Amino acid sequence: MSKLSAFAPVMLFATIAAALGLSLTNDPHKMPSMLIDKPAPKFELAAVDGTPKPLSSDALKGEVMLLNVYASWCPGCRLEHPTLMKIANQKIIPLYGINWKDKPGQGGAWLKQHNNPYLAVGDDPTGRTGIDMGVTGVPETFVIDKGGRIRYRHAGPVTDDVWQDVFEPLLASLRKSP
Amino acid sequence: MRLKQGRAIAPVLRGAALAVTVGLAAPAAFAVTPDEMLKDPAMEARAREISQVLRCVVCQNQSIDDSNAPLAQDLRILVRDRLKAGDSNAAAIDFIVERYGNFVLLKPPMQTNTLLLWFGPAIFLLIAGFAFMRFFRKPGTAPAAERTAELTADERRRVEALMNEGNAS
Repeated sequence: MSKLSAFAPVMLFATIAAALGLSLTNDPHKMPSMLIDKPAPKFELAAVDGTPKPLSSDALKGEVMLLNVYASWCPGCRLEHPTLMKIANQKIIPLYGINWKDKPGQGGAWLKQHNNPYLAVGDDPTGRTGIDMGVTGVPETFVIDKGGRIRYRHAGPVTDDVWQDVFEPLLASLRKSP
Repeated sequence: MRLKQGRAIAPVLRGAALAVTVGLAAPAAFAVTPDEMLKDPAMEARAREISQVLRCVVCQNQSIDDSNAPLAQDLRILVRDRLKAGDSNAAAIDFIVERYGNFVLLKPPMQTNTLLLWFGPAIFLLIAGFAFMRFFRKPGTAPAAERTAELTADERRRVEALMNEGNAS
């Protein structure tokens, strides 16, 4: 008994250290999305200037696809743009876009300057659709399954590394499941 | 020459001092801009009240009432729009929570996964109090098992032998 209680302080320290250590890995900026396993909220967005098609939430079902939220004023969007172009050019997965909180014309001009990776891209100048989706900043990328449910939200740029480490395994498993 | 330099620097210093004073004297920063405010003062007061309990999801340790982040402004306007549409305070808060989760509440709600958060401090206080009492307990009140046992006859003889050894040398 007394031998065990001699270890009590060490045990207590170990427990607290483990608990605090675990909370270090808990990044508060990675807020869980409220939309996981739910369909995207209803929206009807006009086409961004110079792009062919508007975007409605009804289009977001039937196959595994990505919905990317971008803005012309966002450096992270510029960073992930080459990866998005690769996805579009190699037809890896259907990619849709929302242009979030841009001044009139700027979202379209940005796409004209850097090329448009999206099949359809909706204009959300007020940011309300983004807020409905729980967007906290740009860029953000949602993965939508065949049934139209949102399965994953990635906050931050989708670089080649993120694509390989996070998206490829997830998409492979989503495509296998019915 | 020296004097000229002094003159050139003085206004800069005065400006800096003024900026610091104003900065310190300013009350809590008002992020709410006049064009956001509602015409009905009662409703505006409710909007302010709601904004103060909602976390800015961009800067995270500020309420949307304090934050100058563009998204915080959008959420403030959204809260006001909900109130104008006839929402109660609770309904307006729920509207935001539906989109961003409980994390946007600066005061976490009491539910199963936050019980430790709410009652953890009390539990730790109890444990500490218990340990404190044990540590300072009077020796006489110790339970029988922990009291020093009487020496057996055998042990008494060994002690005596050792004492004698000490006396002899």
